[in-house]
Amino acid sequence: MSGPSLMDSLFQRSLEDIIKGLRQQLIGEQAFISKALDEIRKEIKSTDLSTKSTALLKLSYLSNLHFHDMSFAAFPALEVLSSPRFSHKKIAYHAISFSFHDSTPVLLLITNHLRKDLNSTNEFEVSLSLQCLSRIANVDLARDLTPEVFTLLSSNKLYVRKRAVAVVLRVFEKYPDSVRVCFKRLVENLENSDPQILSSVVGVFSELACKDPRSYLPLAPEFYKILVDSKSNWISIKVLKIFSKLAPLEPRLAKRVVEPVCDLLRNTGAKSLLFECIRTVVTSLSEYESAVRLAVGKVREFLMDDDPNLKYLGLQALRIVAEKHLWAVSENKEVVIKSLSDADPNIKIESLRLVMAMVSEHNVSEISRVLVNYALKSDPVFCNEILGSILSTCSRNLYEIIVDFDWYVSLLGEMSRIPHCQMGEEIENQLIDIGLRVKDVRPELVRVARYLLIDPALLGNSFLHSVLSAAAWASGEYVEFSRNPLELMEALLQPRTSLLPPSIRGIYIQSAFKVLVFCLHTCFVRGGSIVPSASLNNLPAGVSASASYESFDEFSVENGADVTVVHGQTRASAPITKESIVNLLNLVELALGPLLGSHDVEVQERARNLLGIVDLTKPEVLNSSVQEKDDSEGKGVETSQIIKLMHDAFSKELGPVSLSAQGKVSLPDGLVLKENLGDLEMICGDIEPPSSNSFSFGSPYEEKDGLSFSNLQIKEDSEQSNESTSLLAEHRKRHGLYYLPSGKSELISNDYPPANDPTLQCDINDNDDNLVKITAESLVPKRKPNHGKPRPVVVKLNEVDEKPVAMKQPESRDGSLSGAVRDVLFGREDIPPTSSQSNLSNKPSSKRKGKEKQHTDPHLESKENVIDDGNSSSRRKDRSHGKERRHRSPRKKNFEERKDTDQKEKEKSRRHHGRHKSRQRAEEPLKVTAQTPVIPDFLL
Amino acid sequence: MGIRFILMVNKQGQTRLAQYYEWLTLEERRALEGEIVRKCLARNEQQCSFVEHRNYKIVYRRYASLFFLVGVDNDENELAILEFIHLLVETMDRHFGNVCELDIMFHLEKAHFMLDEMVMNGSVVETSKANILSPIQLMEKAS
Repeated sequence: MSGPSLMDSLFQRSLEDIIKGLRQQLIGEQAFISKALDEIRKEIKSTDLSTKSTALLKLSYLSNLHFHDMSFAAFPALEVLSSPRFSHKKIAYHAISFSFHDSTPVLLLITNHLRKDLNSTNEFEVSLSLQCLSRIANVDLARDLTPEVFTLLSSNKLYVRKRAVAVVLRVFEKYPDSVRVCFKRLVENLENSDPQILSSVVGVFSELACKDPRSYLPLAPEFYKILVDSKSNWISIKVLKIFSKLAPLEPRLAKRVVEPVCDLLRNTGAKSLLFECIRTVVTSLSEYESAVRLAVGKVREFLMDDDPNLKYLGLQALRIVAEKHLWAVSENKEVVIKSLSDADPNIKIESLRLVMAMVSEHNVSEISRVLVNYALKSDPVFCNEILGSILSTCSRNLYEIIVDFDWYVSLLGEMSRIPHCQMGEEIENQLIDIGLRVKDVRPELVRVARYLLIDPALLGNSFLHSVLSAAAWASGEYVEFSRNPLELMEALLQPRTSLLPPSIRGIYIQSAFKVLVFCLHTCFVRGGSIVPSASLNNLPAGVSASASYESFDEFSVENGADVTVVHGQTRASAPITKESIVNLLNLVELALGPLLGSHDVEVQERARNLLGIVDLTKPEVLNSSVQEKDDSEGKGVETSQIIKLMHDAFSKELGPVSLSAQGKVSLPDGLVLKENLGDLEMICGDIEPPSSNSFSFGSPYEEKDGLSFSNLQIKEDSEQSNESTSLLAEHRKRHGLYYLPSGKSELISNDYPPANDPTLQCDINDNDDNLVKITAESLVPKRKPNHGKPRPVVVKLNEVDEKPVAMKQPESRDGSLSGAVRDVLFGREDIPPTSSQSNLSNKPSSKRKGKEKQHTDPHLESKENVIDDGNSSSRRKDRSHGKERRHRSPRKKNFEERKDTDQKEKEKSRRHHGRHKSRQRAEEPLKVTAQTPVIPDFLL
Repeated sequence: MGIRFILMVNKQGQTRLAQYYEWLTLEERRALEGEIVRKCLARNEQQCSFVEHRNYKIVYRRYASLFFLVGVDNDENELAILEFIHLLVETMDRHFGNVCELDIMFHLEKAHFMLDEMVMNGSVVETSKANILSPIQLMEKAS
């Protein structure tokens, strides 16, 4: 330790020197500060308190404004604190309130200093230590200093008392048992007429009531009096805050309060108070039509004002009204819409929220139209804000407000074409989601997808890549709705796709694969049975297999018409002729050939698959068109079979799968899930994506087996195939969705709400044969849209009974705090003062008292409970509250024990009820009746 | 806790006073101040004084070269906070006489003391200028 030298203290730099030095910046800020810190480290070890305190002062400054750690000064701060000089104390308290927190090691050493200063005769010292306590109090400090705070609550120095009142909030929060000691005095301060005290105590209650309003209902009369009498706007605002929490809990209170609030609303000149009145009315008194009218009138004045602050707040208030009184928004529609182009982005966003609040199923298209126009004109940030809110509003509750999905899908397409659009991923999700859920919209979806895919310009915009991947996926998956698969193929393989990231390129190639299979199937298998007999006979004989493509051109020009007619019967799509197939195959070869060497595994493998099928079918195509029918028959059957199988595989519908679906599958006998599948996952789970070769060529056979079995329900002897089909289902699922960015499938299934719609359950039975049920229906609960309804059915899933989401329990602290408050409040009103009660006020050490109570109360209270039924309902509640607390904080065992004995006779169910009542704020009537005895009727 | 923090920041984005009513680590504070200052200083006079940030609001007001930023809970009354800021400025003005950034820089401790008189535990406890200033004047006399 460097000795305290006279030189050190003589030449110590003061805080002012530091500040000046910082301003001059002769050697750079960082260098200067680290030099100063070095000095401080030395000086703070000095034994001279002046030197030490100056060092501490400098350190607090640097910590406060330049973020330098000052935890090393914790102990020196305590030393300075012990100085008899006020100016030193001030510096120390200042430093401590800045730097101490719950995990400061020397925190507990401060207790005695604080206690000493709390008992000081110098009111400024008391105030400093109260101030400090309000910042750093933890459980122990709060517990140990409760008696001092209690005393100060009735100090005759206003200056001290108002601070003691304010500090109570922190003490309660940290150590709820202090409520039993201090609450009564706190309430007494409510009746104080001094504005300083009142302002402080009302502030405390408004914070307390925020956390647990119900406990403070019994104090409503006091608050009411303050509301009516208050001259200070600050106090009125706080009281209004309290009432806006209390009024919803007690209708009679609301009725009582509405008049004075309206009076204030009419008469006050202060905008802040006016706004608070408005807010109180719209949040808590919204059943009172006249009050709401009045408030909305004032809101209108706000909206018309030039001050952007008032405008913003007006819009905000309007948004609160909108939940219950939509008319208020419609009345101010013009202002709201006009605000969309305000200079202030915050106001714009606020008015956007309001506009979205007005959206309903009738006006959604009109509003979206307006908004998309705004989006086109506005800056990128706001543009995406608009698009984001359209997307989220429209998709809310499974597209609840959308009736015309065709319109919505084309809107999505349009939105993605807006230049600033960065909502690609959301649009992507919705496109796929809608595709999966709404069958009727698929033709339009494919149309929109085509529209996006064929535009080469879009490929250059990286924000749109995810939209394009959705478009590619949709057009591949629902290619049967495409008017012109050939054109689609060209779009999917266009050269500019090289701009796409590999993952999306993989999706493109996979979609191309689907399209190709579809074309081949249409041409050969479906048409194959008819076409060859009809058109192959007309083939000019003698054209060799090695014929050039030109000759094919000629040939198909002749035959094109015939084939088209044949296909025209099946679907109204562009003609798929042999010639076009050949072109298609060439196109694929041309486009994907270079990708065989791609460095990206995905792309390379996809390309290889696609080229594989091209290799397989190309000779066939050439042969079948050229050679004699008889010659090619043997091989042709084989190829067309493969094509058919693949087509079947792809045409199986991908249903949305609920997250919990797997849990619904009962485990077949003999299937050892853990061993086999565990290994499997380890082997192929993350190493390699499922190869589509093995899938498309090998499995369809099995799948077909599994299908028939699954329709017959699972039989014991079908284990083998069942296993394979479920694997396959898994496989298929992954396969289909795999190439969408990871997390996609999860995202989709996450979105499913628990929809227990019985009608949908029936729909399963209506499924026609085309809908392939992969394994048991329970695994993949798919629903087909009902065609009869005007709004297409949106597929929802039967989630497993979702447990009622456990209500978010308030933190244990809050719980115990409000429990304590209730004990005191209801105890105050219900229980006549007993010996233990008087103990309570005399000996403010709560721990001891708790024990005493434990001995005296049980008999007394249990007796009361038996006799006095009127009061017990309310008390029961807070007892059960206490019960609950016991599990969470063992620290308060002794209090709980008492309650335990109280509780014993009460049945469990009741206790549960009680607890729920105190937690669930939604069930008004029940609770209100439970509360009624507590509130003196004459006041309400 | 109504008020979470009070900041005074100059036009260059340098913090001149920082008072937090909940414990934040230095790193959290540095990040928070950076974000807020960026958000608020970019705004102009025609725009409103309220900014949503994370899960709370910032109410701010500019006086000459100094921005007063107050972070408050969502149900706090914005207009009242503006009045509070104005009261704070008036109080400092009365004490320093034509208060400016330098006054706050060189008398940071006093500025904190005034704030402590006005706000405790995040709620405004004192709104009378005379009451706020009397302890400070007493102390100045004593020293």
